[in-house]
Amino acid sequence: MKARVVGDLSILPPAGFRSYGLWFWAGLGFMSIETAGFALAIGAYLYLMSSAPQWPLDSPSPDLLWGTLQTVLLLASLWPALAFSRAGRRCDLAATRRWGVIVAALNALALVIRGFEFPHLNTRWDFDVYGSIVWALMLLHTAHLITDFIDTAMLVVFLFTHSVDVERFSDVDDDCIYWAFVVLSWLPIYLLIYWAPRLAS
Amino acid sequence: MSLDAGAPPIALDPERHAALARVWATPRGLWGFLTTVDAKEIGKRYIVTGLVFFVLGGLLAAAMRTQLARPESGLIDPDRYNQIFSMHGTTMMFLFAVPIMEAMAVYLTPLMVGARTMAFPRLNAFSYWIYLAGGVMLYAAFVLNIAPEAGWTAYAPLSGPQFSAGKRSDIWAQLITFTEVAGLAAAVSIAATILKMRAPGMTLARVPLFAWSMLITSFMVIVAMPAVMLASSFLISDRLIGTHFYNAAEGGSPLLYQHLFWFFGHPEVYIIFLPGLGMVSEITATFCRRSVFGYPVMVLALLTTGFLAFGLWVHHMFATGLPRLGDSFYTAASMTIALPAGVQIFCWIATMWDGRPRFGTPMLYVVGFIVTFVLGGLSGVMLASVPLDTQVHDTYFVVAHFHYVLIGGAVFPLLGAIHYWFPKITGRLPSELAGRWAFALIFSGFNLAFFPMHLVGLWGMPRRVYTYSAEMGWGGMNLLSTAGAYVLAAGVAVYLLNLIVAARRGPAAGPNPWGGGGLEWATSSPPPVYNFGMTPVVEGREPLWLGEELPVLDGLDERTREVLLTSVSQAKPTSREGSPDPSIWPFVTTLATSVLFVGSIFDEWWVVWGSLPVTACVIAWFWPKPSHSRQVKRRDSGIPGAIA
Repeated sequence: MKARVVGDLSILPPAGFRSYGLWFWAGLGFMSIETAGFALAIGAYLYLMSSAPQWPLDSPSPDLLWGTLQTVLLLASLWPALAFSRAGRRCDLAATRRWGVIVAALNALALVIRGFEFPHLNTRWDFDVYGSIVWALMLLHTAHLITDFIDTAMLVVFLFTHSVDVERFSDVDDDCIYWAFVVLSWLPIYLLIYWAPRLAS
Repeated sequence: MSLDAGAPPIALDPERHAALARVWATPRGLWGFLTTVDAKEIGKRYIVTGLVFFVLGGLLAAAMRTQLARPESGLIDPDRYNQIFSMHGTTMMFLFAVPIMEAMAVYLTPLMVGARTMAFPRLNAFSYWIYLAGGVMLYAAFVLNIAPEAGWTAYAPLSGPQFSAGKRSDIWAQLITFTEVAGLAAAVSIAATILKMRAPGMTLARVPLFAWSMLITSFMVIVAMPAVMLASSFLISDRLIGTHFYNAAEGGSPLLYQHLFWFFGHPEVYIIFLPGLGMVSEITATFCRRSVFGYPVMVLALLTTGFLAFGLWVHHMFATGLPRLGDSFYTAASMTIALPAGVQIFCWIATMWDGRPRFGTPMLYVVGFIVTFVLGGLSGVMLASVPLDTQVHDTYFVVAHFHYVLIGGAVFPLLGAIHYWFPKITGRLPSELAGRWAFALIFSGFNLAFFPMHLVGLWGMPRRVYTYSAEMGWGGMNLLSTAGAYVLAAGVAVYLLNLIVAARRGPAAGPNPWGGGGLEWATSSPPPVYNFGMTPVVEGREPLWLGEELPVLDGLDERTREVLLTSVSQAKPTSREGSPDPSIWPFVTTLATSVLFVGSIFDEWWVVWGSLPVTACVIAWFWPKPSHSRQVKRRDSGIPGAIA
């Protein structure tokens, strides 16, 4: 058997955005893993809640203020994140830098607010199983906030300090997709942590 | 078997070969060993390491069988026996079965889909290192007499702070973290390779069945493995920082552990055996000289199995007392999954019937697989019935059943597959005579070892006991099982010796010794570091059986590491992309991560402080490199997915 050349691949573009690039698929893979983790942790919360005589077992419900503020901030951050992503996909460096700083700042603010959320959960991880699962869900999501903050901050530093090619603009878009995932995954957790105890009691 | 020692269909002239080999080369020496991102090199290491753990797990099994050969034996004390059976199960499930299936995919999928390397080669390297680190930690613990003791399932509360003092169950929990991180990383790499890096023309309807099985397995890994990570993380936090997930006194639930564990644990069985089905299909096609009968049905059966596998986990919990509706649902679901398995068996038999079967060594393992797996499937259908399950729960009947399924369904195909692809990996042929002897010993030894366990199980012998009294009447069957285990061990020794000798002195295999039709046989044996000089174009399911010429595409860059990306469904070429150079960071990140994981066994603050070096390593690893588009000097216009 012999090979017969039937075409030339050198005419193809050297990179691609979204599903045309490999990094998008890495992000999708890890978001799938994390979705499974969130879903199972949420399932564990519901399982424990359904088998408990009362919920919370022996603590007051979490205070609503900081958690609700966090939710509003995260939802509002989707708009600059979208602008950041679109600037990246236009390969518009000035706009990408501008929106990148805003998104990173909002991400940092979310971490500050998260710091205020923990003391207002009104329970500890070692108090009873209610405290354990509430802290588990919060820590799981906080790990994602931290990861995305590091990712966005490093990317923004790079945008200001290095020459930027199409691959980096594609990284910007992938980072925004991940941020949207972090925001959307918060919504069911917010409802469970802040509202399920109120509705159950 | 005639040797096809000629040039492979895809070969470059010496000058271009030298240029590409330089670009894709791994540095020499220790530095190269630690920094390589070559999927073939990592795949080989992964396979060899998996086989080492297979042998270690087998030696532990042999120790258990020696202890159980006669009643009231005092060879192994109960505490050590607890560690040995826990180590055996943990090794075989987490350090052998899943990793070696992914290892085969790491080596083979880029070759099968016609790609120059894998997606995310550094992630792939990290997967291997973190897997190795987990295995080393487990066996270091065994040597130090602090190995896991609560079985491979580590049920709470037996593994909890109340009943498992010391660090043994923490070691188990962190082994899970190591191996699941490794498994998940490999799964993402494998899935992306199959979805995005297939040769032009390899539509989803032409993907080799092994690649299909690995794609579905990777999806299953992605959904299932977080469950066991969650279960083991809750366990270790109950033990270390006083959470109450499994502490009934504070509202926790030991049954939550079982749900989380088996939501992973049952799909795990299929995660292990789906790749085996893919291997069987590849071997059957080549040795029957015919495409597998009913390809679309086979793919649908794999998909159905992968889907249904997530609906069965509660059948491991029948003895916990479920609502009647739950019993009925999970019984029905457990029986339903026999249907796609049966469909595949009939398709392989039809392939043999309609083809021209040659019973070379790999094909013998296929026959052994079909016989053994059908027997294991039948006892599985029996166990799906709640009354029978509750009667034989935790007896040797269950031990016999899952060894028939796992050894029959996964190990036999794996042994056949290693023999089948060994010439591709090493360029040398193993001995057919030694291969047949190994198969005969393994098959007969296996049945001699495990069939009697059905009987002692039905007679009431519980699993995980370190001895039994003579009056129980189990001595004869246990002695028979032990004799079978030794025969099986002898077979594995012959099998491995055959490979070791062949790797050094076997005759040259040539690019396609078995006359296979897949793309992996279109390149030389062993393949060049860049896999394919030119990109094959696929026009059918068995591209090498279609005619005298193999269409190829030229033009991938030869000055940089460049790969071709194609569309998910139709495999149309869409873009090119750079592939990373060798890097030390996956290895260093593994060291930092291992310090975090092992440190957290002893003090929870290691999670906090340990995460700082891990973060620094990951930043260094992912810090952007000179971009590929700049290296190949292409303008940033016409980029797919960009906004104009």
